[in-house]
Amino acid sequence: MTAPFDAKAVVDAMAPMLGLTIVPEWRPSVEAHLTAAHRLAQVVLDVPLPDEAEPAPVFHP
Amino acid sequence: MTGLCRLTAAEIGAQVRARKVSARAVAEAHLARIARLNPALNAFTDVTADRALAMADGVDKAVAEGRDPGPLAGVPFAVKNLFDIAGLPTRAGSQINRSHPPAHADAMLVQRLAEAGAVLLGGLNMGEYAYDFTGENAHDGASRNPHAPGHMSGGSSGGCGTAVAAGMVPLALGSDTNGSIRVPSSFCGLFGLKPTYGRLSRSGTFPFVASLDHLGPFARSVADLALSYDAMLGPDAADPALADMPPLPTLPQLDAGMAGVRVARLGGYFAEGAGSQASAAVDHVANALGVQETVVPKLAAAARAAAYLITMTEAAALHRQRLQTQAEAFDPDVRDRLLAGAMVPAAWVAQAQKVRRAFAAEMAAVFQTVDVLLAPATPCPAPELGQKLLDLNGIQVPLRPNIGIFTQPISCIGLPVVAVPVWLVGAAMPIGVQVIAPPWREDLALRVARGLELAGAVQAPVAQEH
Repeated sequence: MTAPFDAKAVVDAMAPMLGLTIVPEWRPSVEAHLTAAHRLAQVVLDVPLPDEAEPAPVFHP
Repeated sequence: MTGLCRLTAAEIGAQVRARKVSARAVAEAHLARIARLNPALNAFTDVTADRALAMADGVDKAVAEGRDPGPLAGVPFAVKNLFDIAGLPTRAGSQINRSHPPAHADAMLVQRLAEAGAVLLGGLNMGEYAYDFTGENAHDGASRNPHAPGHMSGGSSGGCGTAVAAGMVPLALGSDTNGSIRVPSSFCGLFGLKPTYGRLSRSGTFPFVASLDHLGPFARSVADLALSYDAMLGPDAADPALADMPPLPTLPQLDAGMAGVRVARLGGYFAEGAGSQASAAVDHVANALGVQETVVPKLAAAARAAAYLITMTEAAALHRQRLQTQAEAFDPDVRDRLLAGAMVPAAWVAQAQKVRRAFAAEMAAVFQTVDVLLAPATPCPAPELGQKLLDLNGIQVPLRPNIGIFTQPISCIGLPVVAVPVWLVGAAMPIGVQVIAPPWREDLALRVARGLELAGAVQAPVAQEH
């Protein structure tokens, strides 16, 4: 079981590491988009895939 | 001269070639219409009038000298302003990029249309950096829906939808990463072609999401889609995603008819989120084609989620330095999604790319027994400008993230789609249906769209003036 998603904590930790400045007026919207991404990620992560599953992009050298 | 602005690209090309009308007269008529209608509709951000008249004169000279002026002789067209136009900065809907140096050459697809005789009239409004389904833009203002100017044109190729539906041009080029050709086609009542991923060169255009970016045409007839698409096929070493396969022209088979073409509708995910008019539009097209079968894919919702994650993360990576140094210069609706996208864990995106392939495999199995699939293009007709919520069968949902729910799973796996415009009885606004084919079978989607057009089931009239 993973901990409940805390968008505020993610932004607090990640934004400085990424060199991004999130001014206070933008924070609710950024956190809402991050929460939406987390919700949609669960749909993606719940798809059962074998270890051998290949990603879509294929590099042709 | 207004009559010239109601002609299709094919009709203009034929008349110019037959010397019934000059390319200059056609260009002048369209430039006059742009000058008259654009202040209210806001489709064009740049009008290249001098260049257009020079190109038109070149076409007329070729005709006069007995040289072949090309299949699109004198056909006016315009391009979403993420296409390079020599001499203009490629703004891609942004404030930031308009300080870039002017493009030194036209984008490859602009060159191909010009080689076929078409005449470029300018650049078109779009959602900032193509991250948009509304046609709204904080810097340039919204491109408006010609059928009801208080309503959205759809995005992100909003200016394409506005310009073609208003009769400013018969042909426009846009891009489609998650639905940006199919959504404006639906809202503005047009035919739009999103080809197979890797089919048309993207070189000379400002990118959005390399994994998902496609380019394609808008028009008011299916034949114009086929004519322009065929003219744009060809190799280009400058686009590494371009498939190494020969051109497969679509015009020769366009009127081959529907015999032997197996059509089904997509159900499940594609029925659950549809508003009443979207469902009725698919019913209308399915009835016109005599479709009985429904296919219910298992991974459609996951594919849509995968496209959502790949989009926000790849776009955040593309704009990383701009977000670090000039975040305040972005359109706020775009900026906040990009900032969030920068913080999405890589493992989620790696899984998303695997889900993409799994859905492609599921749909490849479907296409063993079906040739063409139908789905709504948008969950609703064009909302009002500024609208934030969507009423879907009595439930209020956020508008922006839901406009692309039916287009995203299809572009996620790169399938070719023709959006066809339906006018339901008594409806004030059009709404689109996706005609979806297997990879590289643009010909099939176009044939079915052509059959619907000939049957009178779908149509793309020039909007009445308001």
